[in-house]
Amino acid sequence: MSNISVFEIMGPIMIGPSSSHTAGAEKLGKAASSIWGRSFDAVEFYLHGSFAKTYKGHGTDKALVAGILGMSADDERLRDSMNIAESRGIKTDFIEVDLGDVHPNTVKIVIKDKDQLMLTLVGSSIGGGNIIITEVDGSELEISGQYPVIIATHKDTRGMVSKITGVIAEHQLNIATLEVSRESRGETATTVIEIDSAAPDSIINEILQIENVISVRVLNAIE
Amino acid sequence: MYHKAHEVIKETKEKNCRISDVVLQNESKLTERSAEEIREKVREVLRVMQDAAQSGIDKETKSVSGLIGGNAVKTDQFRKTKQTVCGDVVNRAIARALSSSEVNASMGRIAAMPTAGAAGIVPAAVITAAETINADENAMIDALLTASGVGQLIKKNATISGAEGGCQAECGAGAAMAAAAIVELYGGTPEMAFDAAAIAIKSILGLVCDPVAGLVEVPCSKRNATGVVNAMACADMALAGITSVIPFDEVVDAMYKIGKSLPAALRETSLGGLATTPTGETIRCRLMKGDKDTLF
Ligand code: SF4
Repeated sequence: MSNISVFEIMGPIMIGPSSSHTAGAEKLGKAASSIWGRSFDAVEFYLHGSFAKTYKGHGTDKALVAGILGMSADDERLRDSMNIAESRGIKTDFIEVDLGDVHPNTVKIVIKDKDQLMLTLVGSSIGGGNIIITEVDGSELEISGQYPVIIATHKDTRGMVSKITGVIAEHQLNIATLEVSRESRGETATTVIEIDSAAPDSIINEILQIENVISVRVLNAIE
Repeated sequence: MYHKAHEVIKETKEKNCRISDVVLQNESKLTERSAEEIREKVREVLRVMQDAAQSGIDKETKSVSGLIGGNAVKTDQFRKTKQTVCGDVVNRAIARALSSSEVNASMGRIAAMPTAGAAGIVPAAVITAAETINADENAMIDALLTASGVGQLIKKNATISGAEGGCQAECGAGAAMAAAAIVELYGGTPEMAFDAAAIAIKSILGLVCDPVAGLVEVPCSKRNATGVVNAMACADMALAGITSVIPFDEVVDAMYKIGKSLPAALRETSLGGLATTPTGETIRCRLMKGDKDTLF
């Protein structure tokens, strides 16, 4: 089956001028702020490749900030996002970098609050307003943002995955995909679980309560 | 179930239906939504497209940078008052394509098709073709489904991103999608639709992505205009019975390989092509100097 929806071709309905640079960037910004889920006072955007070269002209900066503020891609306030961020006391910085062998439209988003680093996310805008998130808090993964995702880092010990999926099952959530990766044996591992429907906020603490779990992030699907 | 155009054609034969029917059934299976729900969503997209294709004709629309704007109005005035070269239908389509790209560059609301940079081509083709043969909204929805089916195949087997494949992947894909949509609207066969799509891509193979100052304005807006004309010419050829010697699937593969071999400078980075011509450079410098957006 052609597993690409027609609405990945037709649409999104969005504010111009570029689906890769505006709609996709807005989604990446929204993914970062939605994973963090709380307030913050500063964001740094490290722009790579085509993002670095053309972000001003394409309004990528405005779109990233609009996403961080939780606006949707067809919100006509998008062109004023910088001013809106400023009025909410959120400082924004744009830095051109080389992130290595990654997609040309890649950004690393760093969310900070009171000078503390709160979240890092690396993602790419892969065309037509679609995105792929390749790193969260340093853990490599590959998520599209189309399904809700739970990302747990934990010690690489026996039974971790079944304990985590146990909590998910208690919430009657259906698991779509599950992937475990580890840095090296016996050290830190990351379990990435895509689920079919949105997870309640409480699930974060429930999974954190499991022994040897280090951190838990949840990203609910982004439209 | 399809990954290639020949599979789509086979399915239309087995079921004795059109490309849009196959695409709709596939979408319904994929998303577990009813055909009606999907058609409603397409209707929403169509309405946004109609607005964007018209508002730049009704009112002069300037891009945020001020670099482009007002060309949709000019074309429409010209068509109404003077003897045109290409005739009224083609000029209506050109005006609509220019309108959508001007609305896009002004940070207005559009529907990407398959991307925002190329968003003027398919709407101009579908709206103009439907207007010419008096087709209704439902026929336009079908045409958009057919166009999207062609886009799905290009995305699956190649790319629809200018940063990855150059402008052939954006305006080329848009023209191919538009060509197939027109053929179906005019009652052509699925084979004819894919022939038209193949010829459209063949005509712009190798087209680089070289936006001046990184803006989706120059040359993008005019490539939307010529993109719809390309689509219309290819649709006419296919409807006349002209076939593409190289089949659609192979044309798409060739397009992808060409895209991969394009240097990064010609894939949306604005480090080559028109972007680095003396005039392109001057525009970029003027834009970088002022921190304010509107400079032209
Ligand atoms: S030149 Fe580049 S930015 Fe402009 S329409 Fe073509 S692919 Fe898009």
